[in-house]
Amino acid sequence: MSQTISFHYDVPGDDFTRAGEASGSVKKALKKVGLAPDIIRNVAIAMYEGEINMVIHAGGGQIDVDIDPDAVRMVLKDQGPGIKDISLAMQEGWSTAPDDVRSLGFGAGMGLPNMKKYTDEMEIESTVGVGTTVTMTVFTHPREEAVS
Amino acid sequence: MTIQDIKDILQANVLWAGEGVLSQEVHTACGSDMMSDVLAFVKDQAVLLTGLVNPQVIRTAEMMDIICIVFVRGKKPDSAMIELAEERGIALLSCDQRMFTACGLLYENGLRGGREEK
Repeated sequence: MSQTISFHYDVPGDDFTRAGEASGSVKKALKKVGLAPDIIRNVAIAMYEGEINMVIHAGGGQIDVDIDPDAVRMVLKDQGPGIKDISLAMQEGWSTAPDDVRSLGFGAGMGLPNMKKYTDEMEIESTVGVGTTVTMTVFTHPREEAVS
Repeated sequence: MTIQDIKDILQANVLWAGEGVLSQEVHTACGSDMMSDVLAFVKDQAVLLTGLVNPQVIRTAEMMDIICIVFVRGKKPDSAMIELAEERGIALLSCDQRMFTACGLLYENGLRGGREEK
């Protein structure tokens, strides 16, 4: 792979059952590209957590993914309520998700910390009342390097 | 242990399984109703036991490379969920045991919890 492959997704905010469609589609694309399974899983989990967050907290949003030989870059942008205190949101177990979200199996306050854990770089820009943009990078560590 | 062994040990019903999946070897499993925790604490587990029934269970398994989901407490997914699993080649089983008993039976027969991510 020598070129950058780009994907754009509009994530609907009103349908929890469809959350994860974009992440599943990126996972499929990464398998086709032939990246190592560990890298693919890291990207898939981080993006899926972000996608779920978008649906739970922000009424949906947009995701752009660029896959190039060195890295997979994901930009998740929403026009939701924004995050008041990012350092608090990064703490494991801290969540503002309502109880009905917890009954769906999410909202344990692990989303953002988990996204950081599975990616090499993560930045959050958020303005209350305007929205949030999360940028994540996972380096692909091409196999040639690993072999040599 | 194979997926077939899991089916036998738990006296589970197979709701869907692709060709050859039942004979597939698995060594580790996890049990949780919180998909948040599955995503945060699980690595290399091939089987998920859960009492949660919604499409995000299938999607979580998809992201984690889990090949078999066992629904405990007699829970059964709807046809849309079965279809979602089928498209992703994820086997679906349902058993009547509660979570603790189902996990205990599988552990007793050699299935382990595996290691934590990173």
